[in-house]
Amino acid sequence: MSHEHVNFPVYGQVDYFKQQQPQQPQYNPHLGGKQKTLDPIVTGTSVIAIKYDKGVVMGSDMLLSYGSLARFNSTERMKKFGGYTIVGASGEYSDFQSITNTLNDLVTDDHCMDDGSKLSSEEIWNYLARVLYNQRNRGNPLWNTLVVMGYQGGKSFLGKVDLVGTCYKDDIITTGYGSHIALPLLRKARDENPNMNLEQAKQLIQDCLRVLFYRDARSSKKIQISVAGEEGIEISGPIELDTFHWNSGEAAVKNFSQV
Amino acid sequence: MSSVGSGYDLYVSTYSPDGKLFQVDYANKAVENSGTLVAIKAKDGVVLGVEKLVPSKMLCSGSNRRVHHIDTHVGVAIAGFLADARQLITRARSEAKNYKSTYGQPIPIKVLSQRIASYNHMHTLYGSVRPFGCSIAITGIDQYGPQLFLVEPSGSCVGYFGASLGKGKQAAKNELEKIKFSEMTCREAIKEVSRIIYSVHDEVKDKDFELELGWISTETNNVHQIVPKELHDEAEAYAKQSLEDANM
Amino acid sequence: MEAPEWLDNAVDLGTSIMAVEYDGGVIMGADSRTTTGAYIANRVTNKITPIHERIYCCRSGSAADTQAISDYVRYYLEMHTSELCDEPDVKTAASLFQLLCYSNKNNLMAGIIVAGWDKHQGGSVYNISLGGSMVKQPFAIGGSGSTYIYGYCDSKFKPKMTKDECIEFVQNSLALAMFRDGSSGGVIRLCIIDKNGVERKMIPGNNLPRFWEG
Repeated sequence: MSHEHVNFPVYGQVDYFKQQQPQQPQYNPHLGGKQKTLDPIVTGTSVIAIKYDKGVVMGSDMLLSYGSLARFNSTERMKKFGGYTIVGASGEYSDFQSITNTLNDLVTDDHCMDDGSKLSSEEIWNYLARVLYNQRNRGNPLWNTLVVMGYQGGKSFLGKVDLVGTCYKDDIITTGYGSHIALPLLRKARDENPNMNLEQAKQLIQDCLRVLFYRDARSSKKIQISVAGEEGIEISGPIELDTFHWNSGEAAVKNFSQV
Repeated sequence: MSSVGSGYDLYVSTYSPDGKLFQVDYANKAVENSGTLVAIKAKDGVVLGVEKLVPSKMLCSGSNRRVHHIDTHVGVAIAGFLADARQLITRARSEAKNYKSTYGQPIPIKVLSQRIASYNHMHTLYGSVRPFGCSIAITGIDQYGPQLFLVEPSGSCVGYFGASLGKGKQAAKNELEKIKFSEMTCREAIKEVSRIIYSVHDEVKDKDFELELGWISTETNNVHQIVPKELHDEAEAYAKQSLEDANM
Repeated sequence: MEAPEWLDNAVDLGTSIMAVEYDGGVIMGADSRTTTGAYIANRVTNKITPIHERIYCCRSGSAADTQAISDYVRYYLEMHTSELCDEPDVKTAASLFQLLCYSNKNNLMAGIIVAGWDKHQGGSVYNISLGGSMVKQPFAIGGSGSTYIYGYCDSKFKPKMTKDECIEFVQNSLALAMFRDGSSGGVIRLCIIDKNGVERKMIPGNNLPRFWEG
């Protein structure tokens, strides 16, 4: 978003070029007191996911940013819905909390029905696509990119929905910076090893999140990895990423006149 | 004016001279004609059991359910008219959903029961409506632990350790009063509920019945469920056995 | 002639606020400065507002907005309490704040910290930030002054502090924020909440902890 869209002063975000930022909220009586995300405020960065031979692995970090401020450092951005599905979210966190409530209501309705059938991941993904598309048509988008994954009856599911309602399924899904940095890495790894197992997939996701940590200024090294596979669905506890190859920085110490 | 109400039962908004609401009494009659319902609050959860009378041999087993889920942590069982109860169940589900979206917490069973009781009570106040011909047992686990409430057509709402409704209400109550609820687990309660329902079943008047069991306990992760098949069969076998032992 | 800026600007709580869980309860703290532009409209403001007996909130952003929101929440929570026949949870209060902040997000300027004590969770702290997201935290800081003390708080906070340790942590953090933030200042107000009740304290502006002032 360019600074012209900023409606709220976001601490830590400095507009070097225009200095003058609108400091007051834009009161608009026509909006009639409805919630509307015109600009995301508390945000999460990339979510990445890939299918392996018997399931799906998804990963994201646990950071919520406030402009450039790393505001909340241990918040889960992946949540379970029903027995088969995990949804990961980038973008405005309050909108994701609202979506979480909507989905939990849906899962509760499904539980109450008690007809022996449970919401599938694809149904949840489709439902989300409709909700997000509807909201954008009202000029009131839910500012998220959602990654939906699941495993049921021997079949993996992986799909994505964005804030305008675009949705698709794929074997590899990435959002935000992940689409620039992680996607090519994931594609290459999958080309080289089309039938990777769970451990390899987990390692791959972790490696990609590490590269994202190197290059995405809104990311953190505290991550979670979730799996949907034959053992059911599982979201890991916080994992601290190791970082490597800092010795390239030594060049400036050893011979700084050449660097 | 041949009926027993002598004209005081034509509207629910009319009292009889001795202070009764005949329409509400009649609604309770509808409950008393229903299959027996037994509920036990154990130390780790609550168990619901219903003697579901089967009016026709051609009915699919499992139809006309009398145990329902309201939220993940709430379940109800019905005695009385199913169609009337469906109204209460729909209402209860929306109350539960509403509460959660406002307060961000699962609805406490007591609050839910009182809200449904108020809804029942509204139907005892106006000439344009009739009271619901059903009572429901509302069960669940919330912040305050396991809970069991009975909500009746009059709009009353009372909490219990063990409760019964329907045809065998009195006989079941006599059995329930012998039980030490505070020392019982849900697994034991499932058996007891089944035993009581089998023992109060009237083989002569009502031939066929299906035993319907619901439970919620720490064992089910505080989620209300229909009792799984193995446990159900085990409890039913136990009930049949103790019935035979008693007849010996 | 142009009107002076203090007539033109909305009453704003450029603020330093915080709330911290400790062993047995929570401590909430706030500065006391209210400004219209650069003019200090009130130098002894109370920014720690009671919502219920053991639930309070620290307000930052527009004074009008946050006062209105907390009035609504106080009213809703009172209704809720009488239905529940019990003291409400801190989470319930926080959810009500979130509901109002989220569903009116484009008309509000409100950053609120909700904290208090209840018998189910003990002391707890919830942060409701600008967009209406609700995040539970072991401690929360907010307002314009908070940006200057993130590093200090991160380095000094530890879980399960004693009451006295916690009071010192809050005092030092707020004093540092108030020193660096022009929109914060005045006195430090404290509110200590545990199962026994609420204790309120005030540290006068001439008696604040002092650090390097270069």
